[in-house]
Amino acid sequence: MIEEVGTTTEGDLVINVGPQHPATHGVLHLVITLNGETIKKVEPHLGYIHRSIEKMCESLTYRQFIYVTSRMDYLSAHINNHACALCVEKGLQVEVPQRAQYIRVIMDELTRIASHELWWGAMAMDLGAFTPFFHAFRERETINTIMEETCGARLTMNYMVPGGVMFDLHPDFQKKVKAFIQQYTSKINEYDELVTGNIIFQNRMKGIGYVTKEDAISYGCTGPVARGSGVASDIRKIAPYDVYDKVEFDEVLETGGDSFARYLVRVKEMQQSIRIIEQLIDNIPEGDFQAKTKAVLKLPKGEFYQRVETARGELGVYIISEGGTTPYRIKFRSPGFSNLSILDHMVRGHKIGDLVAAMGTLDLVIPDIDR
Amino acid sequence: MIECSVAAFDFYNMSLTNEIIKQKLVEKFGESVTSFEEPYGLLSFEAPKDMNLKVMQFLYDDEQLQFRFLTDLCAVHYPDNKGRELAVVYMLHNLNNNIRLRFKVFTDVNQPDVFTASRLFESANWMERETYDFFGVNFVGHPNLKRILNVDEMDYFPLRKEYPLEDQTRVDKDDEMFGRGGTIV
Repeated sequence: MIEEVGTTTEGDLVINVGPQHPATHGVLHLVITLNGETIKKVEPHLGYIHRSIEKMCESLTYRQFIYVTSRMDYLSAHINNHACALCVEKGLQVEVPQRAQYIRVIMDELTRIASHELWWGAMAMDLGAFTPFFHAFRERETINTIMEETCGARLTMNYMVPGGVMFDLHPDFQKKVKAFIQQYTSKINEYDELVTGNIIFQNRMKGIGYVTKEDAISYGCTGPVARGSGVASDIRKIAPYDVYDKVEFDEVLETGGDSFARYLVRVKEMQQSIRIIEQLIDNIPEGDFQAKTKAVLKLPKGEFYQRVETARGELGVYIISEGGTTPYRIKFRSPGFSNLSILDHMVRGHKIGDLVAAMGTLDLVIPDIDR
Repeated sequence: MIECSVAAFDFYNMSLTNEIIKQKLVEKFGESVTSFEEPYGLLSFEAPKDMNLKVMQFLYDDEQLQFRFLTDLCAVHYPDNKGRELAVVYMLHNLNNNIRLRFKVFTDVNQPDVFTASRLFESANWMERETYDFFGVNFVGHPNLKRILNVDEMDYFPLRKEYPLEDQTRVDKDDEMFGRGGTIV
């Protein structure tokens, strides 16, 4: 790949960005063809941290494989586990207790806020401002502490299991989450003052990385990338799982289609997540936190598909069972993979300096793409 | 949560149902499309491999069906299924009615040629590269069919069933940095 770098016969310059580059947030390698400062082509080279999680899962039992998925999209660990748990439950035909469903949705939304916070800070950092990063991490730290108290980990959390959640809630959980909501609501204006309303950020993001609605659908974009182009594809709305059909929230849609639209979707989504948590936190029903399941899970012969909305988009878990204790084949449809495929299309014709402003709003998490 | 197929029949909000899709497909393709199933409310069927594009084009163009969102594409290897070893699975979604379906084509592992869907859906471009990478399905007409996640020099297709995972108990490998084999001083 290094040999490709140089000047082409047409006089275009071919350069590498990555695999180690601060703006790619992981080991992503882009080979960029430049005409002067203008991007002619971007070719992502993936797979630097490919671990073949799908193959590994074929030898793990239905209880074990869930823990590997926390290492896919490490910023949405709870949501990945949730998807796998739901998929296994579908096969087992287990009814999950209400308490567990409430806890899961609250944890999902906390995860979503934490993930968007990290993205928000990193996005500002990509564009050259370091301060917002600290503001974002101040709130994210509170969530991490709640996660740590509830399930023992701050990053690769493993809390959701087939049938419910692993342990009951920490006694202080509700109090701490409410304190977090208060903290977040009091700081929300700061975010807008610091970044959203800032003319420098707006000028760098508006009109950059434009994606039409048709392109977003054709490239298989989901999550905030699709919603920034006006595609209503929120799985929480179109195929609600657990208690998402009982809570009121708005699917954030922007029609701008550019980086700024995707930025707005994520910032507004955090407020919707807060809204969901507010509705649930006081009403967690008493009862079991886990349904009774057998020690060794066996799925009947068949095919099971479950999709959930992670912070980055649609995650699909496809289990093919031959009736044993391990899956015959498992496929994860990762949202980042499809979202990244549109990069070449959206930055062609832009200046090289705008690449980061466009790529940043794709919210790439490389382990999720490489699996 | 258990999805029930009966719940999907909401006559006021949903104009498109699995029944209608099935009817339309049978009307158009007759006995070529087979094995209709509805596991957990998801319509699933099988088509001959040389008709995959025709089926997808019909699902894409038809005014009522409009399956224009290819959400997932993957392959499955069944080594005991002689002549039909590799299955390519397509997941299509209709964004107007929020209904989805799954269909499969089967192909011989010795001649795994399947027509590409990348002219119809841009997302198929990378997903087919991934499928080629892991299963060696040769997507005929693909603009850039090369490995995507594995190294370019690889000469086998790792997710096929003839490649088992490494035996966890093997001792012949010097792997002491990873806590296995060797001697820890």
